[in-house]
Amino acid sequence: MTRIDDTFAALKADSKKAFVAYIMAGDTDEATSLEVMQGLPGAGVDIIELGIPFTDPMADGPTIQLAGQRALAAGMTLQKTLDMAAAFRKGDDKTPIVLMGYYNPIYNRGVDKFLVDAKAAGIDGLIVVDLPPEEDEELCLPAQAAGMNFIRLATPTTDDKRLPKVLQNTSGFLYYVSITGITGAAEASAEDVAPEVARIKAASDIPVIVGFGVNTPEKAQAIAGVADGTVVGSAIVSQIAAGKPVAEVLAFVKTLADGAHRA
Amino acid sequence: MANDLFNSFMNGPDEKGRFGDFGGRFVSETLMPLILSLEEEYEKAKTDESFWAEMDDLWTHYVGRPSPLYYAEGLTKHLGGAKIYLKRDELNHTGAHKINNVLGQILLARRMGKTRIIAETGAGQHGVATATVCAKFGLKCVVYMGAHDVERQAPNVFRMQLLGAEVIPVTSGRGTLKDAMNDALRDWVTNVHDTFYCIGTVAGPHPYPAMVRDFQAIIGKEAKAQMLAAEDRLPDTIIAAIGGGSNAMGLFFPFLDDESVRIIGVEAGGKGVNMKMEHCASLTGGRPGVLHGNRTYLLQDDDGQILEGHSISAGLDYPGIGPEHSWLHEIGRAEYVAITDDEALEAFQLCCTTEGIIPALEPSHALAHVMKIAPDLPADHIICMNMCGRGDKDIFTVAKHLGVEMVRGD
Repeated sequence: MTRIDDTFAALKADSKKAFVAYIMAGDTDEATSLEVMQGLPGAGVDIIELGIPFTDPMADGPTIQLAGQRALAAGMTLQKTLDMAAAFRKGDDKTPIVLMGYYNPIYNRGVDKFLVDAKAAGIDGLIVVDLPPEEDEELCLPAQAAGMNFIRLATPTTDDKRLPKVLQNTSGFLYYVSITGITGAAEASAEDVAPEVARIKAASDIPVIVGFGVNTPEKAQAIAGVADGTVVGSAIVSQIAAGKPVAEVLAFVKTLADGAHRA
Repeated sequence: MANDLFNSFMNGPDEKGRFGDFGGRFVSETLMPLILSLEEEYEKAKTDESFWAEMDDLWTHYVGRPSPLYYAEGLTKHLGGAKIYLKRDELNHTGAHKINNVLGQILLARRMGKTRIIAETGAGQHGVATATVCAKFGLKCVVYMGAHDVERQAPNVFRMQLLGAEVIPVTSGRGTLKDAMNDALRDWVTNVHDTFYCIGTVAGPHPYPAMVRDFQAIIGKEAKAQMLAAEDRLPDTIIAAIGGGSNAMGLFFPFLDDESVRIIGVEAGGKGVNMKMEHCASLTGGRPGVLHGNRTYLLQDDDGQILEGHSISAGLDYPGIGPEHSWLHEIGRAEYVAITDDEALEAFQLCCTTEGIIPALEPSHALAHVMKIAPDLPADHIICMNMCGRGDKDIFTVAKHLGVEMVRGD
């Protein structure tokens, strides 16, 4: 049982949906993003997705791209991302942290070394966008063996034939990408998402969280209503990009979390 | 290097798209079903005689193949050593080798019922080739090009527009070829149903590296037959320039199992491989990493962040290299060297005055290495170099570097 499994068990006991928030580590600088991260649980966030900055985020729209560039320009690295998670862990031993990013920084560090360091920093799960099931031996299987969840993405192009392959080595939860496209680009609709989630639920008991295109409390409520929870990323990152004070960013996050929790 | 099935260098990639450790399918889940269906379609086409018959017809009548294998007497005499042949792929329709591959991919796209073609381009040669074939077949064409390259390759931008393509200047990241590839992938992930991504080099997720190589291998197949006809033997050394490495892979592939043939790939050394980030020599100055769907040698920093290269040639300005080259480098079947901007410029000028051929800056790098090694080789040593593109597009860049002011416009 990871913190992620515990969180979903507790939410289920309360009949509550999960609210997952994404921020980019080191955006706009290390201190600011740690302060935001530390405030997320208080704003109602159940699971934190912490982005690892990367120069070439191929699945991300301009909002997350720019967040990564700001973080890198401010000197953020994979090591500092892990340090940030460790600093957060000192004050919070309950909220799951999922690292989200691309494979190269992890590969560059060495998978075994990365897993040891990530585990020590209190990381609970990984979402690595450019590692499909076909490349499971790279990181997915070693991560699961190290006791970490490996959270897979399913998308509208994941048909019934392919779904079992996607579900096979997924743990913690499944991240359903509500649109074909990049982060922060198009709007997701609960009507389109509902049958897709039902299709996945018919094939697996794993919690299904829906993201991409969720940007308001109303949308968070609607989307969470047809799944086990929802993720918001670009809308939160936009607030940080606009230079809003941390308290204001967290107040915005709270409206989204409240929306998801009303579902 | 035996020619039997088990010790051949020509059997890759394996079923996972790997050449040794390199290659693979490092893409997001949204794209995975798309590249699987492309692989399926390509496997069908590969053994379909009607597919290759159509290719041959277009290569002959539309591209102008076979391209000549030309004995470069002027260069040979000037350098005073090895006998130098040029494989004249710059004489192809659209002025470079790129169209060899584009035709194959567009025929596949048509078989798959795709109506919209996207491509990335650096120097603009792949973009022009893609726009050309799309115009011929009435397909919508969108080309992603780094904003910096749009500026330094203005004539090719206008060519693409004349051919009916939409050229999108890419400002994300630092606005270079790798960013153009990122934006093309972002387009593909968004437009999954009607769109075919026509990749211009032997990189990207499987099956692209193998597929593009197979389409470009026409270069080496012809060169081999032409060399046997001209000299009654194989060349001793074959040389080609490398950005992503498609013209080189095309020349090298049919010779991989010919033990006597020395194979040399020439990377862009920019201002010198020892100066950090001032070059594009992935094999000479990089290390293995994962980018754009494949594991290969990359220019990257200590944190695994991708570095921007520098080269006078926009076509070589890419921080990675095709995975099969990474493999050939590691097993030692091919050698890879780097040539600086200044050396390439010198070769460019020498080729103009000794052969009456204005080469592109990309093959000028290969020629610069020929200039280095030919004088010390005996007269019976035969070098075959791929002249993969013509230099009309580069005259403004060269003029600038030579301090010549050209007046543009009327």
